[in-house]
Amino acid sequence: MSLVEAPAAATVTERDVTSRTPRTTSIVRIACVLALLLTAVAFLYPLIWLVSASLKDRAHVFDNALIPNPVAFANYVEVWQAVPLLAWIVNSALVGLAAAAAATLSSAVVAYGFARFQFRGRDVMFGLVLATMMLPSAVTMVPVYLEWHAVGLATTQIPLWAQNLFGSAFYIFLLRQFFLGLPGEIFDAAKVDGAGHVRTFVRIALPLTVPALVVVFVFELKAAWTDLIKPLIYLRDTDFFTLPRGLKTILDRFGEGGESQWELVLAASTIATAPMILLFLVAQRYFVRGLNTQSNR
Amino acid sequence: MLFTAGPMVFSLYLSLTRYDMLKPASYVGMDNYRELISDPKVATALYNTLFFTFLHVPLQIVLALGLASLLRRAGRASGFFRTVLYLPVMTPPVALAAMFLLLLNGQTGAINELLGWFGFTGPNWTTDPVWVKPGLVVMSLWTVGSTAIIYLAALSRVPGELYEAARLDGASPWRQFWHITLPGISGTIYFTVVVNTIASLQTFTEAYAMFFGNSETADSQGDSALFYVIYLFQQAFSSLRMGYASALGWALFVVIAVITVIQVRVSRRLVHYESEPR
Repeated sequence: MSLVEAPAAATVTERDVTSRTPRTTSIVRIACVLALLLTAVAFLYPLIWLVSASLKDRAHVFDNALIPNPVAFANYVEVWQAVPLLAWIVNSALVGLAAAAAATLSSAVVAYGFARFQFRGRDVMFGLVLATMMLPSAVTMVPVYLEWHAVGLATTQIPLWAQNLFGSAFYIFLLRQFFLGLPGEIFDAAKVDGAGHVRTFVRIALPLTVPALVVVFVFELKAAWTDLIKPLIYLRDTDFFTLPRGLKTILDRFGEGGESQWELVLAASTIATAPMILLFLVAQRYFVRGLNTQSNR
Repeated sequence: MLFTAGPMVFSLYLSLTRYDMLKPASYVGMDNYRELISDPKVATALYNTLFFTFLHVPLQIVLALGLASLLRRAGRASGFFRTVLYLPVMTPPVALAAMFLLLLNGQTGAINELLGWFGFTGPNWTTDPVWVKPGLVVMSLWTVGSTAIIYLAALSRVPGELYEAARLDGASPWRQFWHITLPGISGTIYFTVVVNTIASLQTFTEAYAMFFGNSETADSQGDSALFYVIYLFQQAFSSLRMGYASALGWALFVVIAVITVIQVRVSRRLVHYESEPR
């Protein structure tokens, strides 16, 4: 059960997973939990290690002890002063929010069109949209860059989010399923009340689709916040860097050579990771829903 | 869509030209394609990419399936473990690269320290050309959580009655797994194999962040982490060979298309679809 089959019952997923578990004896269950505990330690260890190592002084950064001694909060101050971290965080946030908003809105409009309107060639067009999912971005990387270059915007942050204004195949697919799941009567009622297409879309369809819109928004926010390749291609001026692009600079500058300063690299890495962990803890169920939707294709 | 089709056509044209952004593009016919066939770096990059993919995808799938099965039997603790397994997926790849450069470090890294407890001497994952790619595979397994959660959802859709019936017939857990679980989720497995393969053939960020854009690291491991998209990126944006890079892009497209077609063919025999409404 998931979004694709029954949008209105999306929350069932959560319950399903725990209630319809196979019949297992308590010994098997304990063994499974123990195995999971071991895996959990392996999965959490690098993150804990990261935070801990980022708080060590230079002499202890490689010692793998989990409790830093002495605790060097100074790393955070030092890296903050060495590079324009604040500007990078602001840039990442702005680019991330713009990318997420653009992807959500445009995909919603296109998906609504595919879901609610009959027009010639609709299914062929929808097939083509899905086909673009298969196209490697490496094929269009160069020409898209040249297009931005031609309009003189190749060294700005605009290419980092503006392409999302054209929607993205996966999100269009996801939202279309959601719109198709809305009962037709509400749209008939809106029509009777004299609401136009735009009004129906904004006042009726969108509010009912909020859970799916949040899925698209948080997925794209994460994608934009963590992306490196586009900032590498487009950003030249250090002050315009996003956090991953800045982090790469820090890695190259402080991570190499005789005077390597890994504690600073790790402090910056922690700063870049923390907001994503927070985002996940807050929006966890939306991530799970997004993944479950994928599994149903 | 127009904005995907436009660049595609443009890219196809570019791949037939020599273009460095300073002089106007000049038509060279198939020259770029002839060059990429004889370019030893292309062969290396393609080999590295395929090597990584054939190691990474099966390991990812098996590990994710194992974890999903465990999660399913964990009862109430499942939610907690799901969160923990997914956290690494949220880590920005550049941060991941920075962390694993140290965790995989041959002398001081935690991974070799762990191997040491069991009496193994770990390799120099980040500097020995033979071990660079296996090291990247080890690192990639840390983000297996998203696939595991997809499998968890798929497992919960396998009808419980089938297991009841099998138990009545005295089928062992192993037989139940082969005859009920695997066919029940084969559609999902197929989907994740295809998507993971396509993504894996386009590997860029972690390897680039760890080993490129900096002269020192690039020297120590030679070309052993030169993935296809990294080479394409270098040709386009370091050497400004836009035409050649476009040809490289199309060659990658062909490789991905061929592998996907093979997977579709094989899946027709292996994937079992319930008569589900679509």
